[in-house]
Amino acid sequence: MLLRHTPKEVKERKALMINPAKTCQPIGAMYAALGIKGCLPHSHGSQGCCAYHRSTLTRHYKEPISAATSSFTEGASVFGGQANLVQAINNIFTVYEPDVIAVHTTCLSETIGDDLNQIRDKAQKEGKIPEGKTVIGAPTPSYVGSHVTGFSNMVKAMAQLAEPSGKKNGKVNIIPGWVEPCDMAEIKRIAGLIGVDITLFPDTSGVLDAPLTGEYKMFPDGGVTIPELKASGDAIGTLALGEWCSADAARWLDSKCKVPCTVLDMPFGLAATDRFVDVLRTVAGVSVPDSVAVERGQLVDMISDMHQYFYGKRVAIWGDPDQLISMTEFLISLDMQPVYVVTGTPGKKFEARIKELCEGQPFEVKVKAKGDMFDVHQWIKNESVDLLIGNTYGKYIARDEDIPFLRWGFPILDRQGHQYFPTVGYKGGLRLLEKILTLFLDRKDRDDPEQTFELVL
Amino acid sequence: MAKTKKVVQFTATDIKEELLKKYPPKVARKRAKQIMINEATEAEPAPEIVANVRTIPGIITMRGCTYAGCKGVIMGPTRDIVNLVHGPIGCSFYAWLTRRNQTDAGTDGENYMPYCFSTDMQDQDIIFGGEKKLEAAIQEAYDLFHPKGIAVFATCPVGLIGDDIHAVAKKMKAQFGDCNVFAFSCEGYKGVSQSAGHHIANNQVFTHLVGENEVAPEGEYKINLLGEYNIGGDGFEIDRVFKKCGITNIATFSGNSSYDQFASAQHADLSCVMCHRSINYVADMLETKYGIPWIKVNFIGAEATAKSLRKIAEYFGDKKLIDRVEAVIAEEMPEVLAVSEDVKTRTNGKTAMMFVGGSRAHHYNELFQEMGMKTISAGYEFGHRDDYEGRQVIPDLKVDADSRNIEEITVVADEKLYNPRKTPEEIKALEDAGYEFKHYDGLNPDMDKGSIIIDDLNQYEAEKLVELLKPDIFCAGIKEKFSIQKLGVPMKQLHSYDSGGPYAGFKGAVNFYKEIDRLVNSKVWSYMKAPWQESPELTGKFVWE
Ligand code: SF4
Ligand code: SF4
Repeated sequence: MLLRHTPKEVKERKALMINPAKTCQPIGAMYAALGIKGCLPHSHGSQGCCAYHRSTLTRHYKEPISAATSSFTEGASVFGGQANLVQAINNIFTVYEPDVIAVHTTCLSETIGDDLNQIRDKAQKEGKIPEGKTVIGAPTPSYVGSHVTGFSNMVKAMAQLAEPSGKKNGKVNIIPGWVEPCDMAEIKRIAGLIGVDITLFPDTSGVLDAPLTGEYKMFPDGGVTIPELKASGDAIGTLALGEWCSADAARWLDSKCKVPCTVLDMPFGLAATDRFVDVLRTVAGVSVPDSVAVERGQLVDMISDMHQYFYGKRVAIWGDPDQLISMTEFLISLDMQPVYVVTGTPGKKFEARIKELCEGQPFEVKVKAKGDMFDVHQWIKNESVDLLIGNTYGKYIARDEDIPFLRWGFPILDRQGHQYFPTVGYKGGLRLLEKILTLFLDRKDRDDPEQTFELVL
Repeated sequence: MAKTKKVVQFTATDIKEELLKKYPPKVARKRAKQIMINEATEAEPAPEIVANVRTIPGIITMRGCTYAGCKGVIMGPTRDIVNLVHGPIGCSFYAWLTRRNQTDAGTDGENYMPYCFSTDMQDQDIIFGGEKKLEAAIQEAYDLFHPKGIAVFATCPVGLIGDDIHAVAKKMKAQFGDCNVFAFSCEGYKGVSQSAGHHIANNQVFTHLVGENEVAPEGEYKINLLGEYNIGGDGFEIDRVFKKCGITNIATFSGNSSYDQFASAQHADLSCVMCHRSINYVADMLETKYGIPWIKVNFIGAEATAKSLRKIAEYFGDKKLIDRVEAVIAEEMPEVLAVSEDVKTRTNGKTAMMFVGGSRAHHYNELFQEMGMKTISAGYEFGHRDDYEGRQVIPDLKVDADSRNIEEITVVADEKLYNPRKTPEEIKALEDAGYEFKHYDGLNPDMDKGSIIIDDLNQYEAEKLVELLKPDIFCAGIKEKFSIQKLGVPMKQLHSYDSGGPYAGFKGAVNFYKEIDRLVNSKVWSYMKAPWQESPELTGKFVWE
């Protein structure tokens, strides 16, 4: 037993978090910033945060993650980090030559109250920002929200680059939220099939899935460009996928640039993908081609073919709110039972939404925002489940309690593939189902007695 | 193999110039002092390197922070202490199981290593102070687990808002009576790298843990192994060898270690220091307070292991131990030699670069030598000058503002427990015979003349070095891994070993030879270009056209 000290008896904890189901804001901001073309993320604080965020992103994406830091020492922590940041901006543009520097704060610089805009203006005045180059900034204090909040804050900073010209350009903005690079590519593919001209931001496809060629490009070709972000104010609409990750930016574009926004769930699973496709075609005023309907039909086909294996299975899931909401809905649509749903990200709305989705279902859901994986594990000890869905850290529970485990979410440190095979859209739904089925069937093959060990499905 | 080797032969001076070329003048001046061409000869004095100085803002560094050095490195691998991080969630999350310190939960079964504990500070805690929350969290941890010890770690914001974590710890310790609670002021911004955190951790471990256990553990030839963190099971292999030799390891600081090990360290008769950078402080303090001498050892490399075992045996000077050690070496070496002979046919003459930590970049030199490989460039992420140039420079080290921030504790001889393990005459006799106590020559003497030694290497320089010198293998950490590999050069993580190891001791050497052979001779590196990319100007036609 690896988590041998986890007791079955549940006691309320007020101050101690054990095995968190969230992490801190800057890592989300860093990931989002990598989805801008030619962008070097910069962490304004002491270098340890930056090292940790880079390491974790590297371990998840198995790709180089470059980011600079203001490298605060005691002096900067007392007197403010302005000098460090101005110097950093100069060094970064001289040595790495990015098009954009996306600065985010850390707990330290937030606590001392550094003002990013003011520091950027100073750097500008001192000529440290070369002609045609951009510096953006997002406040990301980690004692508020979670990594998801940090992602959202950086995406909002991206939206704030919008410079509406007053003329609509016929494009639709899609803000995909914190999904994998392959998911971003999949969203673009679906929009392409439907024939909608979109601006996707952030867009880490083409950035965090670089080929091995013997050359290293610090700034690969992918990512949304600054001109595209500037033009986002001229779009005919914005689709924000995920309330937590994407809505802030979309609402800002709506109120400041008159780009009407629709906040949708992330398109995981059948119904959420349906809504995404439907809203996209409505906003763009186009019709959906048969090719998309075929993909949808294939997913429905697999659901019906394999329904007996999904039916009634109890599931524990943890992770980020936007992802969990869609996943909960998807599981219910398969007649599975997401009985434990936990996110570390705060937000009462989350609990309400999950309860709403589970209403009238033949099971009782235990849901918690600001929860942790210790909660999940304790509940499991009291009443077990058939499947775990969550990030890598779930492997300890999976082993201790001998429960099949689907790695999904962030971070996945010990498996490959999540960066290449999308789980959004209809095709993504197929992949999720295939993975879940394989887990169940492998378990069955392992556990069945010889007499009932079977060849065919 | 398709990999193109360098055509031009660069001199070390060319390379240094190339590395500095793109920097703004101020940055270039600073970096110039941290990039050293190793030219120590008997005639000329060794050149100096500037180390343990601030990282330059905006230059992508490999370094981490003080908290990482304290919680991650020193305290992380201790299984039966609840390591509670006081701060917002991230700091605790990232240090959660990410260093591959392996652990055996032992017969008592206590093991908190797979857990991550945090006070998860919120904005109200930052505004109004987090002491109350910390107190409550300690109480909850105690109620849930009743551990032997609870260690509290401060993160950046905690230092700024001025929470007195030591007072809280003291109060809770008094309240519990049966649980040792102590705290580390290891805010990330202190010092210039992880190194400061090692120092802070050592001070507190020494103050709050060492000496707590009065009963001497049984066994002959008692030693402490300092600065060995059981990454990938290194410590397990070293312990296997110790056991075979009849050497009793009282305490490993800190790999697969336990509360009792720390608490009993004063009962050892010799301290053996592996990672000089991270732990020489404890070695010195053990000597001053209890009279335990220390020696530098290295268990990375088969020859190095044999040498270190002999050194330990020589210290005790007991024929029984000396013979046993020789017997063990004789028994272990044939397999090692068989593999190295085989591997050498494929690795001989190949080149390596190593930029890790504060000792590893030195320790692994021996292993590479055993394979006939040459380290053409190396350096530390957070070493000090003594790790490069040897301990003799310690008296000349400048104490700057950043080092002054780190608490120095004064240790004096313990009135009751101070007990010099050897008489001055015995020490002298050993020294006259060439035995070295408290001695470390550093990395430089083991590097070739003209090789390039770089302190606090950064991503830009790493890439340039690889482009210019095309090493056969590059060793560093996870952040560097994929940018180096994209250049078509295999990269081995020497902090976490990817998922390999152990690499210490005899069995570890065998593992390492095989691993490096696999990496430098892998076919993968010949796949970089598609056939049509090798000669893109081809215009011939196929016959059927
Ligand atoms: S929680 Fe704050 S101090 Fe810790 S790693 Fe995250 S940003 Fe840095
Ligand atoms: S070898 Fe390096 S990484 Fe390990 S403890 Fe020593 S200084 Fe740290």
